[in-house]
Amino acid sequence: MCSLGVFPAPVTAAQTLFERNNELLSALDPGEHSQVCDLPSPQFTRDTLKGHSRPESSSRSAFLDQRDTLWMRSAGAWRDAGLYGLLDEITNSADEVPRFLAVGSSCVLALLRWASSFHGSLFPHLTLSSDEMVAEFSQMLDWSDSALRSFAWHPHTDKFAVALLDDSIKIYKSNSSPTPTLKHRCQRSVCALQWKPLCGSALAAACQSCLLIWHVDPASLSTRPSSGCAQVLSHPGHSPITSIAWSPTGSLLVSASPVDTSMMVWDVAAESAVPLQRVGGGGVTHLSWSPDGSRLLAATPSALFRVWETRMWTCERWPCLKGSCQSACWSPDGGCLLLSMQGERVIYALTFSDLTGGPKAASVVADLSETTFPGPDGDLTVGGEVCSLSWDPRGERLAVLLKGDSQAVNHPSVIAVFKTRSSPVFELLPCGFVMGESGAEPRFMQFHPHFQHGALLTVCWSDGRISHVPFYFSSAGLLGGDSPLQAFASSTADPSSNKLYSEQTS
Amino acid sequence: MFSLKQNSWFIRKVVIWRAVASIAWSVLLLPVTTAVFVLLSRFSLFHPIQWISGEETNCTSLLMASSTIFSLVVLCGVVLITGFFNLEFYTLVPSIPCSRMALLGTVLHPRQCVHSLVYCTMGMLVMWCASVTIGGRYSTLGTPCRQSESGEVATCLNEYHLFILLAGAFMGYSHSFLGVVQNMYYVSFQPIQQYKYPRFKGCLLMVVKCSVVQALYSARNFAALYFFFGYIPKTWISSTLNLQIDSSLQSLDSLTGLLDFSLLYHLSISGTFLYLTWYLTVLLFRIYVTEAYSFPVQSTFTEDAEQCLPKVLTEKTTLVMKFLALQDLALLSQHSLSRRLEVFSLSQPGGHPHNWNAISGECLSLLSELTQRLVAHQDAVASNGRVKSPSASSDTRSASSSSSVVSGTEGIAETPRPSVPLRTPGSVFKSSVGGANSALTAPFTPDVNSPFSSPALRRLVGQQDPQSPWSGAVQSPHIMRRGPKLWSASTESQSNGSPLASPAPASVPSPPAANQKPSFLAQWLQNRREQLPEASSQALFADSQAHIWALQGLSHLVAASFSEDQFGVVQTTLPNILSSLVVLLEAVDRHFKLPHASSKPVRTICSMGDSTYKTLRFALRAALKTAIYKITTTFGEHLNAVNISTEHRKRLQQFLEFKE
Repeated sequence: MCSLGVFPAPVTAAQTLFERNNELLSALDPGEHSQVCDLPSPQFTRDTLKGHSRPESSSRSAFLDQRDTLWMRSAGAWRDAGLYGLLDEITNSADEVPRFLAVGSSCVLALLRWASSFHGSLFPHLTLSSDEMVAEFSQMLDWSDSALRSFAWHPHTDKFAVALLDDSIKIYKSNSSPTPTLKHRCQRSVCALQWKPLCGSALAAACQSCLLIWHVDPASLSTRPSSGCAQVLSHPGHSPITSIAWSPTGSLLVSASPVDTSMMVWDVAAESAVPLQRVGGGGVTHLSWSPDGSRLLAATPSALFRVWETRMWTCERWPCLKGSCQSACWSPDGGCLLLSMQGERVIYALTFSDLTGGPKAASVVADLSETTFPGPDGDLTVGGEVCSLSWDPRGERLAVLLKGDSQAVNHPSVIAVFKTRSSPVFELLPCGFVMGESGAEPRFMQFHPHFQHGALLTVCWSDGRISHVPFYFSSAGLLGGDSPLQAFASSTADPSSNKLYSEQTS
Repeated sequence: MFSLKQNSWFIRKVVIWRAVASIAWSVLLLPVTTAVFVLLSRFSLFHPIQWISGEETNCTSLLMASSTIFSLVVLCGVVLITGFFNLEFYTLVPSIPCSRMALLGTVLHPRQCVHSLVYCTMGMLVMWCASVTIGGRYSTLGTPCRQSESGEVATCLNEYHLFILLAGAFMGYSHSFLGVVQNMYYVSFQPIQQYKYPRFKGCLLMVVKCSVVQALYSARNFAALYFFFGYIPKTWISSTLNLQIDSSLQSLDSLTGLLDFSLLYHLSISGTFLYLTWYLTVLLFRIYVTEAYSFPVQSTFTEDAEQCLPKVLTEKTTLVMKFLALQDLALLSQHSLSRRLEVFSLSQPGGHPHNWNAISGECLSLLSELTQRLVAHQDAVASNGRVKSPSASSDTRSASSSSSVVSGTEGIAETPRPSVPLRTPGSVFKSSVGGANSALTAPFTPDVNSPFSSPALRRLVGQQDPQSPWSGAVQSPHIMRRGPKLWSASTESQSNGSPLASPAPASVPSPPAANQKPSFLAQWLQNRREQLPEASSQALFADSQAHIWALQGLSHLVAASFSEDQFGVVQTTLPNILSSLVVLLEAVDRHFKLPHASSKPVRTICSMGDSTYKTLRFALRAALKTAIYKITTTFGEHLNAVNISTEHRKRLQQFLEFKE
């Protein structure tokens, strides 16, 4: 088992630029200041983006109150707030309605409130408001405060989409082509973005009330695609949507909402959905499709997660001991699942194989409890809960976003990067910490899906910057793809560090 | 006929048994729904405690009562007939009437009339059972009553009973009517595979909701209808059965009579019970029929050869078998390594890739047939997206009929395709239930052969027109489709080549209609016919689920062949596959440039009718692009070595750069 204690000490003074020859080099190192890749790294500040200051329903206070007839008010309440609003309206205007109606509606209202509070005590997340729920279950750390709301690399080309605080989505490409900005009336509180695999144009965005599928023509020069390019998919009771996952073949899209016990399997082109309902858990918060398409992880807000098998869509239940499943990622071959739990500072691994019929219990593969590194300007504490996990497509690097402690000094959120090996046994080896510019904390990270020379980690920082950290290495499995010198260097370097490390742990 | 007999093994061995199983489950579910219905029918708002506790014994005794048992037997009969109708009427390709007249023709078709009649009767039967089960004032048609003037006891008409029975007939008719309008008998396949029980459980709530909503709508409509016309059946029944009308009771076709809460409640829950019985049967049938079936890829015994996938795929007569075979192909191409290897394997003596050739050949012919259909449609429509007026097309048709031999031979030489039931949305109702059945029902096929359907549509879908003088003479409907293009050739052949046309009964070509002015009635009919422009686009893609599976199966097999194909059997067909995909993509792109083609249909909220066929064209376009991407991302730069034409290579380059 790997722990943070064996990591090389983080360089706090400067930004980490890239990894070469098994070392993470920062901007302090001489001669390494050149930008290593030509990918766009835009920066967004909170000042330039104006979010929605108040929700739509509270704009009522800007207008004069006018007395309508009871019918009009009841109809309005029914339209705005449903049954609750209607009952509330009738109860409030007791002098206009017959007495039995007012008493009856107040009784029903009390009964409904009692039932929902009971339901809420079973599933505490149901008492949250929609925005709080999105912030709670988003993979973006500190979602409500961040200028960047979500980020997604295209699975096949060098372009990415960023959702911003002002509910717009921008698409950046590697060359200096125009950056389209996507805005839609329904596009509120974007919680997740994902590009459709095996497609050049389709981007799915999980919004507060619905699911938007944008079709952005890559050849088009337009910077403001019209909202006619977006498909709106919605299902009653299925909002806010906090997670989406395309199947790796691009044929299906699964969406999940913490308030809905069923997850929706969408046939996007036909705009039809098949709900898959399992009551336990009270909702679905996070979805992750294995890269080979055979399994799908569905985390719930309770201490329970499910692993669906995508051929006949049956699931196996995995009750956890402590908290809910916070984040998860699959190995590229789909055989291994890494998970992190809320309130626990370890990474669990589940190994699936078709021969043995699945794992019986999860094993702990890394310990991420707080460790203090001495530094030039005071000690630096790293470690904590895992906020998100990301595994590079070659299966060689694992990035872990560790939540810091905002109260304590010198305990920021950091990204710890592990080297991973799957044969002969699965193990994690330390690689280093990815640091930002001083004062910036990481909020989100994702590996580039097809970086030629190793792995490329894209990090969204708290100061609104998006930066790319390449890891230059050659895969142990596929020698000869890269320059022979580099391959030689890393293949000679790797065993020595491994040996050193295994001595330390044993 | 001979081939029908041969291929019906699938109907005999699989479909029939699936239908039987679904009907058996519906019958088994009947006591449950009846018990719930009994419980609800005894519900009293003001005595809930008594309803739950005190009446419980009453309810159980009621369930055991002889009348309830007899009702159950009758209901079983109803379910059996419903199940039989499901099996008889179900279709995998929906009937899409392209105009209002065609829709009217479908509704008024004799076969549909019989269907409505049977459903009316069944509705009355179920409602009779319901009224007997509810008991009280609903139980019998005649009640003893005291005449006001004479004071003697006589048998009076029980209007409540009559009301409920008529409501049953009304609901039966509206079920039958909506069945046509909403394509109730269209069976669609889900995008994901599920076991039957979870699927049933997932759909159950939706079905209950649908039946409640439908029952409420029907109850409202029926109450309105009875309010206006209720006196007709009432006086008729009372006069024929010599029952007197009790004048002391409030008549039901009045406002105060209808505003009886208890009556409306019982009407709604009886209606819900009625619809639920039917909908559950339909749902179970759909679930059973669409269950995936695994065909063997190859067999060691020659007598089983016709049950193997390559053989089954090429069959055209049994539509359900073809669909399930294509679904099986799509599934095996994604999930089953061992079966993929069987597809790529060589025949044992000889070393020919028979399996792959048959499978890929059939998929490609399906796709090319769709391409031709799209091209023909593009030729046929005017620039405003509507089918060209039948007056113009009919004269080209009659003219081209005379030239059918001249130009028809080259048409046949170009595309040797037999006319196939799968191709036509007109093959709706003669789905696949055995050779005898389809032969029996073929003359009654309502939509396309109905006198109201537009001849342009008939020409479009390739259904041979029985009124057309050359229905027997020409084998390929392709010629009909290309009708407008043959105009110039046909004038020529009319002038000089008329002797050649002698085999066709060309003696009756109508004089060119272009000179004649159509009458006013004809113009009005014309307007009615051209009403629904989007429908023609839907009709073109009505059977596209088959094409989607063919695309998925082909693309995944080709992608898998990159690493799994040991003998290189796929390589030889790769140029062919790529070019036909690109050609289809071009045709689809051009189709979506037509007006109305890319407009989204309105989604129906709660109905039992399946409307997935309305969006099949979008699904096909997405599946086609995904299929091409699947191949291009797998092969990458190796595609440059494949021998295809330059334009196609240019298009594929777009896909390689993810510019589509």
